[in-house]
Amino acid sequence: MKLSSEDIQKMMEAVKMTREHELDCGHCYDEIDQFVEMELSGKNAAEVMPLVQQHLDLCGACREEYQALLDTLKAFID
Amino acid sequence: MQTRTNSEWLNDLRGPDQDQAIEDLRKVLKRGLIYSLSSRIKTDLETQVDDFVQDAILRILDKLDTFRGESRFTTWAQKVAVRVAFTELRRQRWKDISLEDLMPEDSGDFTPLVLADPSPNPEKRATQTIMTEMIETMLKEDLTERQRTAMLAIMKGGMPLEEVARRMDTNRNALYKLLHDARKQMRESLLEKGLTPGEVIEAFEI
Repeated sequence: MKLSSEDIQKMMEAVKMTREHELDCGHCYDEIDQFVEMELSGKNAAEVMPLVQQHLDLCGACREEYQALLDTLKAFID
Repeated sequence: MQTRTNSEWLNDLRGPDQDQAIEDLRKVLKRGLIYSLSSRIKTDLETQVDDFVQDAILRILDKLDTFRGESRFTTWAQKVAVRVAFTELRRQRWKDISLEDLMPEDSGDFTPLVLADPSPNPEKRATQTIMTEMIETMLKEDLTERQRTAMLAIMKGGMPLEEVARRMDTNRNALYKLLHDARKQMRESLLEKGLTPGEVIEAFEI
């Protein structure tokens, strides 16, 4: 096996963020519209919904979709 | 386009005004996806977005009963459209790549790549070599084959979760759970060696 320093650091960052109880992608998806709206209204969504924030920190796919949703709503806020 | 409350959206999408409501929803979703995908799709943006919106509308109509009213209806609908679009874009982007393509070759040679990294401090380099061997052994011996494959495909290969899930005949939720268990196992294995992930990260900092 050939792991680079970067691979190991990335893996260890994920292990470091690991909690006993985490949301899976489905539960994160259920909550993400509420989370994004909270952010847009200036509230600290990460503090109110820490499990969603933790999932976003760990899951690249959910984070990508969250960012796209947030950017879109910011652009067309009315 | 008329503005609607959440209950008006639900009523109109279920009632005699459904056609108009669908057209209005199509405009909202299309505008959003064109905006969020313009940097990702270089050709046929509008055609692809039209397809994504069509799929999203079918899914939204099918899932109307699951809308809990905890956000604006259009935010919820946009979330569905983003999921549809990104799922398809990831499928297209990774379609010719197998899990085997992403696995590091096991040459039997245990010379870690860190030896190629420029580090002025021989002591630090020696620590990095020992830690790399330790992590590689941990992956081989303490994780199941499925955990190891998923971990390497995502962390080293950069493949999105759902694409790994598709290739492993599972779904995104189950794969997340598998990775969660793998991370917990690695944390446990480190602890048995008297190490924290933070200490390993520190050893690799330049």
